[in-house]
Amino acid sequence: MKQIFTIVIFTENKIGLLNRVTSLFTQRHINIESLTTSESEYTGIHRFTVVIHELEDKTFKIVKQIEKQVEVIKAFCFKDDETCYSEIALYKLRLDELSDMKELNQVLEANEAIIKEELGEFLIIEKTGHKEATHQLFEDLKPFGLHGFVRSGRVSLSKTYSTFSQHLQDLETHSKEIITVN
Amino acid sequence: METIAVEKEVGKKTQTLSGAEAVILSLIEEQTEFIFGYPGGAIMPIYDALYGYTEQVQHVLTRHEQGAIHAAQGYARVTNRPGVVFATSGPGATNLITGLADAKIDSTPLVCITGQVPFSLLGTDAFQETDVISLSMPVTKWNFQVTKPEDIPGAIAKAFYIATSGRPGPVLIDITKDAQFADMEYSYKKCTGFRSYIPKPPVDIEKIKQAAELINAAKRPYILFGQGVILSEAEEELATFVEKTGIPAAWTIMGLSAMPTDHPLNVGMLGMHGNYGPNKLTNECDVLIAVGMRFDDRVTGNLSRYAKQAKVVHLEIDPAEIDKNVQTDVAVLGDAKESLRLLAEHCNTNEHSAWLDRFKEYSKIEYDKVIRQELQPEKEGLSMGEVIRRINELTDGDAVVVTDVGQHQMVTCRYAHFKKTKSNITSGGLGTMGFCLPAALGAKLGAKQREVIAVIGDGGFQMTLQELGTIFQTQAAVKIVILNNQFLGMVRQWQQMFFDKRYSSTELINPDFVAIARGFGIEAATVKERNNLDGAVNTMFDHDGPYLLEVMVEKEDNVFPMVPSGASVDEIRLE
Repeated sequence: MKQIFTIVIFTENKIGLLNRVTSLFTQRHINIESLTTSESEYTGIHRFTVVIHELEDKTFKIVKQIEKQVEVIKAFCFKDDETCYSEIALYKLRLDELSDMKELNQVLEANEAIIKEELGEFLIIEKTGHKEATHQLFEDLKPFGLHGFVRSGRVSLSKTYSTFSQHLQDLETHSKEIITVN
Repeated sequence: METIAVEKEVGKKTQTLSGAEAVILSLIEEQTEFIFGYPGGAIMPIYDALYGYTEQVQHVLTRHEQGAIHAAQGYARVTNRPGVVFATSGPGATNLITGLADAKIDSTPLVCITGQVPFSLLGTDAFQETDVISLSMPVTKWNFQVTKPEDIPGAIAKAFYIATSGRPGPVLIDITKDAQFADMEYSYKKCTGFRSYIPKPPVDIEKIKQAAELINAAKRPYILFGQGVILSEAEEELATFVEKTGIPAAWTIMGLSAMPTDHPLNVGMLGMHGNYGPNKLTNECDVLIAVGMRFDDRVTGNLSRYAKQAKVVHLEIDPAEIDKNVQTDVAVLGDAKESLRLLAEHCNTNEHSAWLDRFKEYSKIEYDKVIRQELQPEKEGLSMGEVIRRINELTDGDAVVVTDVGQHQMVTCRYAHFKKTKSNITSGGLGTMGFCLPAALGAKLGAKQREVIAVIGDGGFQMTLQELGTIFQTQAAVKIVILNNQFLGMVRQWQQMFFDKRYSSTELINPDFVAIARGFGIEAATVKERNNLDGAVNTMFDHDGPYLLEVMVEKEDNVFPMVPSGASVDEIRLE
């Protein structure tokens, strides 16, 4: 059965590596639901967060293929209950179309959203949360006349202790070719 | 901002050079003997620098960039050293793509260097600009664009290291023309490793013990070995392991020649056109030991009915291959040489004569139903098998045999006997028609003391026949044998068997191959009759220099046995 997986990839900071990683998904006809990249807590190491809806077996295999890329340091994959995750969404409304500010405020309160910025003609609303929640607000704001909507990719941290820092330490100690004769 | 970190050795002198000259010196540092390439606008500074180093490194001017990269592959496969390729930007670079894909899937180490338009023109659709980095990404193990001359030695060092270490593969470095012209302080340091890349996972002794336990308890163990044995130069370790344990061993196409054909425990070839017993008995063994092979679909047939009864041990260097197609019980990650040595130590001395006899029984059936017909045909026309066997006998099995793709390839892999490793060079994974002629040229340059025979179908020959020009120019003494059945034979065979004999676009009206060869200055002959075959082959081998022999064979012969597409390996057909 297909389910949502969050693939977290730690990489060296190299031009084109994202392209190399995403082409692995293309080759296997896997649609990327969302993608976020940023520098990680380790200087010079980037973190890609890729969300896919796929079979477990296919997901495990693509994680190995990702990790095989020479400038990928490590890749992990998580099911939804194994991570704490969130998205951010912004909504743009036209002030002159808002007849009832009170009703809007009620909607925002019920959805735990805030007014991020009041511009001359527009209002920017911000909401963080799971996709279902940002989508709910999208539905709720429709009657007010939405003039813009954007949702970010997922960001996610695992609920357990990360083994990555140990892995990184090991790699740096053994960055030369290792041949172990036991 | 990303850069290639260049570690400068303390106290080592640097010299001021152009980026182009740095390319050549870096290649010389990596003991490059040959560069296979084709010049053009964006790589001209590098070619200009090369002009000053023709005594240290020989450039082979092919007639097409695809020819260059296949020649480099042939060189790499026969030497286990990286093949080096030059091409210009745009069409020069895109012409490398087929060869890159071929080298990637067959794990062949290549270092390709392409020229690129100047940095200031990147992204402007400049003349001969193409985004070769993006284009080549899925077909390279690694690639990198150099835009600053000071990054050249570091990039080349890293390229050689990545191409040749771990599971080898092709890498590509794209160098902008301005970076080739500009000056830099040159010093070279070989790459010995970097953080994100573990080429050889350390062998886990616990896994060796678990594997040995399964093998020691097995009643019908069976070894499948592939090119990993050749790439890690583990031929001796394989022989020791096989002989100590007495386990029958079968090779994949890429594993051919990793042990002698006539080794008593070598039971033959796996796969769609492999031998009868090796396929059938895959589904009867109790422990399957896969060494340096990747369970390609042409080997496994229908996966849902592949070796389901067996415990599977997989010795493999690439973690992504573990459980990719066949679920393993014990995965031993690491270099085949090391894994086999340790495994042999932990396995008991044993023999499996009754089990081995099963292979012999199947071998007899195959001989009676297929092989005898092929080697001693009653038909008037020559069969491919008898031609290959005679050539093989007349060279005493010592030659490097290079093949293209199709019926002649399967027949050669089935009927050539090998004595030495690295003697079978073919496009296994990608099935690239046109591979053979340039690959044979590269192989001959890499193994000058060995006889190199290019066995090609009439179809594949016409895909890269322009490389006759390169063979003539280099006088590489390649012996070219065209098995001419006037058809795209393998496709025709499938049309006959599975498409109701509808021979859609498979019949070839061929040119005069002898005249073509002679036009390129290469001596040539054609042979049709059985009685003249030995004489014609001997004339070819006696000829000093390259030679082309066209052999007219039966038009509509089929290659058997065959595991039809989608069938299980035990459904292999003899007719």
